[in-house]
Amino acid sequence: MTYKLHFADLLPYWDLLLKGLVFTILLTIVSTVAGTALGTLGASARTFGPRWLDRLTGAYVEVIRNTPFIVQLFFIFFGLPAAGIKLNETTAAVLAMTVNLGAYSTEIIRAGIQAVPKGHIEAGASLAMSRLQVLRHVVLKQAFEKIYPALSSQIVIVMLGSAVVSQISAEDLTYAANFIQSRNFRAFEVYLVVAGLYLLLAIVTRAALRGIGRLVFRGPGR
Amino acid sequence: MSLVSIQNVRKSFGEVEVLKGVSVEIARGAVVAIIGKSGSGKSTLLRCINGLETYDAGGISVDGIDVAAARADLRDLRRNVGMVFQQFNLFPHLTAAENVMLAPRVVNRESEIRAKELAREMLAKVGLADKAGNYPSQLSGGQQQRVAIARALAMRPNVLLCDEITSALDPELVNEVLRVIEALAKDGMTLILVTHEMRFARDVGTKLVFMHQGKVHEEGPPKQLFAGPTTPELVQFIGASLH
Amino acid sequence: MSDFSFWVILSNLLLATRWTIALSLVAFASGGLVGLALLFARVSRIGWLEWTTKAYVEFFQGTPLLMQLFLFFFGVALFGIEVSPWLAAWLALTFWTSAFLTEIWRGCVEAIPKGQWEAADTLAMSYMQQMWHVILPQAFRIAIPPTVGFSVQVVKGTALASIIGFVDLTKAGTMLNNATFRPFLVYSLVALIYFALCFPLSWFAHRLERTFNVAR
Repeated sequence: MTYKLHFADLLPYWDLLLKGLVFTILLTIVSTVAGTALGTLGASARTFGPRWLDRLTGAYVEVIRNTPFIVQLFFIFFGLPAAGIKLNETTAAVLAMTVNLGAYSTEIIRAGIQAVPKGHIEAGASLAMSRLQVLRHVVLKQAFEKIYPALSSQIVIVMLGSAVVSQISAEDLTYAANFIQSRNFRAFEVYLVVAGLYLLLAIVTRAALRGIGRLVFRGPGR
Repeated sequence: MSLVSIQNVRKSFGEVEVLKGVSVEIARGAVVAIIGKSGSGKSTLLRCINGLETYDAGGISVDGIDVAAARADLRDLRRNVGMVFQQFNLFPHLTAAENVMLAPRVVNRESEIRAKELAREMLAKVGLADKAGNYPSQLSGGQQQRVAIARALAMRPNVLLCDEITSALDPELVNEVLRVIEALAKDGMTLILVTHEMRFARDVGTKLVFMHQGKVHEEGPPKQLFAGPTTPELVQFIGASLH
Repeated sequence: MSDFSFWVILSNLLLATRWTIALSLVAFASGGLVGLALLFARVSRIGWLEWTTKAYVEFFQGTPLLMQLFLFFFGVALFGIEVSPWLAAWLALTFWTSAFLTEIWRGCVEAIPKGQWEAADTLAMSYMQQMWHVILPQAFRIAIPPTVGFSVQVVKGTALASIIGFVDLTKAGTMLNNATFRPFLVYSLVALIYFALCFPLSWFAHRLERTFNVAR
């Protein structure tokens, strides 16, 4: 191999990488919160809602899970303005990621809800709790504890998938990489370093989610 | 006047009629033991009283509240009717104390402090004051069932429904649960128990209801029925259960 | 006029769909082969080999597929080899697919009860014989539903090849949008075609899962 790698050519651009990294992290946090909330609604609708709502939510889930994220993103960013809904890059990115995670987490959370024994719901009901109270205090807490690992994996997948938002010029980590390589012509070095940053981010995200899980679900190992 | 009045209740699951016109009157402070073979409809009857099951015909009222009329919102009814299940159904993500505190907090909107006091009091009542911080998975079956009783009592119900509450327990753990129920009976709590514990039904019960094929086949004071059952089915049932 | 452009758009999208299908099939096949080889390494009980495979899986599962595409696209060129988008996309998707399949299959191998290994052990079979004759045939059964399920991810993954210039369904969509200025229609159709490709696979995977669960 005759080519010599020149990582030093990246140094002048460290602030751009940092900015992109922060953007990607923020994007992930916001869409994780919103996407999980959407998934909770979706799962509740599918489990406890009327039949038409179950069907409708099911269709949403299938459409999202069976189309590429980049197409969803393009549809939201390029397609929706044609229908009169105009969004800037960041909003479109957040919306696409939220809608995407919302679909996956709907199914994940639904599986958790279905794993809650019927007797627990009856116990809640016979304590005079309303359906909503049973859902919140008995069902969802248990369900979340059960599916937390699966949800965490999905959050990491969505974080990695967010690299695509650079394609609509949302200024994330990949956008920074694209910009830098267009300036210093060290594409391989730039993408290698940025891939390393994503790997680090994936590891840190997993660890952080584990930590949060331990704080929230402080029960004994079951 | 009866606290719980069950009049000519009928209930079918699909083609199978499990309750074929059941009537029972239960006075305040009574300890009613419902016995009978599995499939005789006794658990279904119990679950109709707090609206976990609907019934097709007849009527049930608790403390003057008509169960069928309360269908839209059963919460007022259920505040007055506690229930303990065969499988405990403790909430696994909450400690013993939190299990007891949950309904007082979210249903009755009691303060954290008041709910904690209540939990302490109720757990003490079932002899588990020292297990307040334990999770269900860290308790024995008998202890879990006593927590479940404390949880139901924390809502200060007028009547407590017990659905085969010792059937899932190892034999050596049955007595600790029965002693708690006995103490409740002595305190004057109205109890309706579906049970297989014949000795307990005889010694603690004030009324025995023998169900057979979806009907009340025989009822009366336990000691009297055990000493002289009048129907051959009850003779056979008592004979089979005591051996 | 409007009708005319609709049919032009649709026919061009469908023509490009051939390349999405081709890339999916090739990547899935080669990724599966590499993944199978890696599976043996991953459960080889040879420390460094397991460790290396684990790092490989971690890298390809822990970085964006888009980064991997860029790395192959720009990386292979460093060796002085002319890289077509097709080659770079095929390489990247192969590595990416193999990492996920190795991990899925490892889970299936580990789901086989220890008693099976022990039984094979007592029959004096070598490690490879145990793996080949006892474990894999059983693991194969439970591996089918998640493997079919992952093929959906591969089809969707090929959409990213459009970013390095591979003219697939997504790229065709972008080009047609630039030509016709009808993004809503174009991307709706693109999504619909992907759905038509992926949904049957998802459905089939789900059905297989149910059948296998009932069978056990």
